Amino acid sequence: MPEPIIIFDDVTYTYPGTEEPALHSISFQIEPGEYVAILGLNGAGKTTTGLCVNGVVPTMLGGELTGKVTVGGLDVADYPVREMSKLVGMVFDNPEFQMSQMSAAEEVALGLENAGVPYEEMMRIIPETLELVGLAGFEERSPLALSGGQQQRLAIAAVLAMKPQILIMDEPTSNLDPIGKQEVFDMAAKLNRERGMTVIVIEHEVEVMARYADRVIVLEAGRIVMNGTPQEIFGRVDELAALKLRVPAAAELAKVLGSEYGLWKGPAPITTEPAVKAINELLGANRG
Amino acid sequence: MAETIQGQGGLAIDVRQARYVYPSGNVVALGGVDLAVEHGEIIGIIGQNGSGKTTLTKLFNGLLKPTSGSVIINGIDTAKRTVQQMAPHVGYVFQNPNHQLFARTVQMELEFGPRNIGVPEDQIAERVAEAVEFFGLQEFVEEHPYRVSFPVRKLVGIASIVAMRPPIIIFDEPSTGQDHNTTHIINGLMRRLREQGTTVVCVSHDMPLLADVVERVIVMKSTEIIADASPREVFADKALMARTNLQAPQVTEIALETVVPLGGPVALTTEELAADIASRAGSKSKTSRSSATVR
Repeated sequence: MPEPIIIFDDVTYTYPGTEEPALHSISFQIEPGEYVAILGLNGAGKTTTGLCVNGVVPTMLGGELTGKVTVGGLDVADYPVREMSKLVGMVFDNPEFQMSQMSAAEEVALGLENAGVPYEEMMRIIPETLELVGLAGFEERSPLALSGGQQQRLAIAAVLAMKPQILIMDEPTSNLDPIGKQEVFDMAAKLNRERGMTVIVIEHEVEVMARYADRVIVLEAGRIVMNGTPQEIFGRVDELAALKLRVPAAAELAKVLGSEYGLWKGPAPITTEPAVKAINELLGANRG
Repeated sequence: MAETIQGQGGLAIDVRQARYVYPSGNVVALGGVDLAVEHGEIIGIIGQNGSGKTTLTKLFNGLLKPTSGSVIINGIDTAKRTVQQMAPHVGYVFQNPNHQLFARTVQMELEFGPRNIGVPEDQIAERVAEAVEFFGLQEFVEEHPYRVSFPVRKLVGIASIVAMRPPIIIFDEPSTGQDHNTTHIINGLMRRLREQGTTVVCVSHDMPLLADVVERVIVMKSTEIIADASPREVFADKALMARTNLQAPQVTEIALETVVPLGGPVALTTEELAADIASRAGSKSKTSRSSATVR
C-alpha cells in the first residue's frame, strides 16, 4: 500500500473574522492516483477543503487551523503556497479570471518564471504542457480568443506546468457549454489514467462524477458525512435526498422501481449503460 | 405609470426575419430568425456557445437592435425604444450577477428595479419583502451584494428582476454554479411565474432543469433556429442531439434505450419511467401502482 498523498488529521479551520468553523474535525486520506469527487451544498466546506490541500488555507488566508494537513509528506502549514504549487495545482469555475497574459504560452510561463525555471527548460515545458491539455500549437493565441473549454484547459495547463502530482478542480465546468465540459473532464480522466495524477473535483453534477470518480466524499456544514465508492454513496438515495443532494437518475430509478414496485433487488446502477442493460433484461424476462 | 405592466399585443415575442451583424465587421451573430412566443409560454433556448442564443435574447430586451427584420416585444417595436424603455416589459437576468448588481445593500438592489420603473413606494416594500421571503434572502438584506457568496448573489440577481414583475423574463443560465438546493428554488420560481402568466425565456445548458420547467425548446446552431419542439421531441431526436453536441437528461437517455422502442414515453422524470417499466414488466407486487400509465 503506497503512502497516502493527502492526509487530513482531525482538521478544524475557522476563517479570520468568523466564529463558526468552516471545517469541523475533518479526517480522510487520499491515495496517489485516486480520482475523488467532493460533493455538498454551497457553503459545506468543499472549496475550503481544496484550499487546505494547496496551502492557501491557512498560509495565505490566516484564520485558525487545528489538526494537521499532510500533502506529499509535507505539513502544509510549514510551506509557502509557492512551494505547495509544485505539488498541487488548483483551478476554479471561472477560467477568464485566471487569465492575465497576452498569449497562451505566456499564461503557462507565468508560474514557471515565478518559480525561477531556466528559460531553455521553460521553452521545453510550455509546448509539452499545452499538448497535454489538447492545446498543441496554441502558443501564440490570446487567451481571450479561446472558447470557454479551451480557456479552462489553458488554466489547467498553467498549473500543470509546475508538474504537480495533484490537480484540484473546483466546479471547473459550471460556466462551460456541453462541449467544453466534455473536453475538461475527458482531459482530467486522461491525466488520471495515463499519468497517475491524483485528481480532486468539487462538483454538483453527480451523473458526471458517477462516471469518473473512484471515490466520493460528501460534506455537510463542514463535516464529512459520507466517504466511499460512487457505487456505495449514490446507492444511499434517501440519505442524500435528506442532505438536499441529488443522485444520478439511474440510481434514483432503481430505487423507485425497488421500493414502489418491488422490481429491483440488489445494488443500484449509477451510470446509464448498466441501468439500460438491467431494465432491458427485466422487460425481456417479463415479455417472454 | 401603470402599477404593473400587463402583457399586451397579440404575442409576447414576435421576431421576424431578424438578423444581427456586429457593427465592427462582417461577423453574422444571428441569421434570419423567426420566432413567435405566446403570452404565458415557458420556453427554453439551447445550443452551444456561439450558436446565437445570447444575441437573440439581447434583441428581446432591446440591448441589441436587429440589423434587419423586426423584433416586437409585448406589442412594442424594440427598434424605436431604449433598454430603459423596454425594462418594464422585459426583465433580463444575466448569467453572471456581477454584470448586473451595483447597489450598496441587497435590500437596495431589490428596491432599485421597481423604483426605476415607477412602482409606488408602498408597493416596492411589499414586492421586496415578498422576494426576500421567496428566495430566502432574510439574513442577507443588509449585506453588500458583493460580500455574499456567488450562489446567493446569483439569487439576488434573479430576485431583483422578479421584483419588477415584468410580463416577460429572460434567464441566461439561471442554474450555473448552483447546488441542488438553489436549483429547487429556481424550479419553484419557474412554476410560480407560470401560474402568474409570466412569459419566460430560459437560456440554459441544464437539460434536467429544462425538462422540468419548459414546454417548448428552441434549438440553435450556427446563428439559426434548427428545431422548435417539446422537450420530449427534442430529446428523442438523437440526430439533432448529436449534431448540436447536446445530451438529454440521464433518465430520458435510459428511456430512449429501453421503453421507447416498445412504444413507451420519452420520460422526463424517474417516476414517469418507473411507472411505465412497472406496467410493462407486469409487476404483480402489491406495491404496484394502479396509476402506471403508458403514454
